[in-house]
Amino acid sequence: MKLHEYQSKQIFSRYGIPIPKGRVATSATEARQIAEELGGRVVVKSQVLVGGRGKAGGIRLAKTAKEAEEVATQILGMEIKGLSVRKVLVDPAANIEQEIYLGITNDRAARRPVFMASAAGGVEIEEVARTNPEKIIKVHIDPLLGLRDYQARDIAIGIDLPKEYWKQFGDICRGLWRAYMESDATLAEINPLVILKEKSLLALDGKMLLDDNALFRHPDLAEMRDVDEEAPAETEARKYGLTFIKLDGNIGCMVNGAGLAMTTMDIVKLFGGEPANFLDIGGGAGADKVAAAMRIILSDKNVKVILFNVFGGITRCDEVAKGILAALKEVKPTISMVVRLVGTNAEEGRKLLADANMITAETLVDAARKSVAAAKA
Amino acid sequence: MSILVDKSTRLLVQGITGNEGLFHTQQMLSYGTKVVAGTRPGKGGEWVLDGKVPVFDSCKAAIEATGANASIIFVAAAFAPDAIFEAADAGIPFIVCITEGVAVQDMMRVREYLDQKQVRLLGPNCPGLLTPGEAKVGIIPGDIAIPGNIGVVSRSGTLTYEVLYALKLVGMGATTCVGIGGDPINGTNFIDCLSMFEDDPHTEKVVLIGEIGGTDEEKAAQFIASKMTKPVVSFIAGQTAPPGKRMGHAGAIIEGGAGTAADKVKALEAAGVKVAKHPEQIPDLLK
Repeated sequence: MKLHEYQSKQIFSRYGIPIPKGRVATSATEARQIAEELGGRVVVKSQVLVGGRGKAGGIRLAKTAKEAEEVATQILGMEIKGLSVRKVLVDPAANIEQEIYLGITNDRAARRPVFMASAAGGVEIEEVARTNPEKIIKVHIDPLLGLRDYQARDIAIGIDLPKEYWKQFGDICRGLWRAYMESDATLAEINPLVILKEKSLLALDGKMLLDDNALFRHPDLAEMRDVDEEAPAETEARKYGLTFIKLDGNIGCMVNGAGLAMTTMDIVKLFGGEPANFLDIGGGAGADKVAAAMRIILSDKNVKVILFNVFGGITRCDEVAKGILAALKEVKPTISMVVRLVGTNAEEGRKLLADANMITAETLVDAARKSVAAAKA
Repeated sequence: MSILVDKSTRLLVQGITGNEGLFHTQQMLSYGTKVVAGTRPGKGGEWVLDGKVPVFDSCKAAIEATGANASIIFVAAAFAPDAIFEAADAGIPFIVCITEGVAVQDMMRVREYLDQKQVRLLGPNCPGLLTPGEAKVGIIPGDIAIPGNIGVVSRSGTLTYEVLYALKLVGMGATTCVGIGGDPINGTNFIDCLSMFEDDPHTEKVVLIGEIGGTDEEKAAQFIASKMTKPVVSFIAGQTAPPGKRMGHAGAIIEGGAGTAADKVKALEAAGVKVAKHPEQIPDLLK
């Protein structure tokens, strides 16, 4: 789960990391009021869950409160990479001397959290990572020991941070570590962490990604999810414990198991079709789940065919068949359906569907060919 | 012959009284696996499945009474890390965790601890493993595979069934099929399994089923090129997956342009691995 900049910075602030004294506005008038309270120059920042906001014109400086209102009006009407801007963060402008990058993420290969830091922070950090990877310091953390003080010093030394900032930087590292740990984050990032002309450090921008699998122990964080920013079908799917990702094609896929669901998309494409979605009904899905999955697929008006590919293991094919029948009664789709059932109780499942006017397939290749043909008919 | 499990495996089922625990214990027993004990705190002293399997309050008690030498975990995600720690502390050398949805930071701590104790973990979020004709430790349907000379290792569940079934249809069988799971941090990895298959005298060829996300397939390719004498055939799922989206498995996500199927296929082909365009092509490539 992605958090907005303002949410990430609020969490950082709870762990003693200094952040700007700004607030979030949902209207231009509100943005103006905040700018008035803050006084002086402000930065108006779109709050959308994508990168590259600055380059898209979604982050603008305003010299006065009136200008903040104008800028906010423009930004609040914007769409950035397909997402409409509904909120802006109004922060006081900072006098920046240097921009640093500081972040923690999970290093899959090392199986440990890794701190990353660079003296060349700011918007070009990804470019730095590509062209001058040696300019990014990496310090792996023992997950059983946590961040040790010497490691925070190693990071400071590694990025040539002047000695006068070591103590404050150490506190920020420890705060970021705790924010990462205690929120079950998969990424906690400050970019940039700035050295101000006033000779102190400030976290100007923040980003956090949280582990969906750990949200059960963080109900407060789970509530921060911004459902405005995801496709409604994805929100609906999550309610039923389904994993759904919308794609641009016209062949809807309903599959059990993530690997097989990806493979089904791949094979549809291999035989000249375009998958409309990724949908994993998971292991042991019963009739109600299958019916929900079918409604979600059919809510996409591009879909011309549904391909059901179920390899029964924990999931029983007769249960899936019952779900399909229940959904058919409810939604009465007029489009073609191709079904392939293999494994646990496949025979019973096929019998149940015998009168449902569906195209049946024996193998994966057969199922893909028939789906593609039906989509082109 | 086989790897990891065989007829001498004495299995302990953690979370044996739950729906899934019970159902799959029954399936494993029917297959011939020696399930010697189960645990469920608070239900020690009871028996399940018509008195076939005794239940204990703790792993320690179960091992003392039955000499269990492997465990399988069916407890909910919130409790799975603790179940792994408990089994490791009780002296179980090989733990299989079926549970899906374990938090990744928990898994980092688990891995660190298990590595220190030199305990082998398979999973989490995996279907377990099957040595056809000998033992089934997990949830892979027993009737979709026959004994043979092909080692199978996979990050996926149902996709693995698909491959085993495609092999069976043409009369090909497996020495052992290992599902390593779809999570970003897991126990046993591709290289561990490839290395065991390379050493197993009965395994003649290996099938590696990968998917998008991470760089494990690329590392496996390096291992194959430098260490393996046996031929390897592969399939990589997720050719059409969009970047930045988690494709069901926590580990199946293309991040910052890394972990694409194209990169993995390229690395494997460079290592001399034949890569199938779809699972039903695998038997042909093994011929």
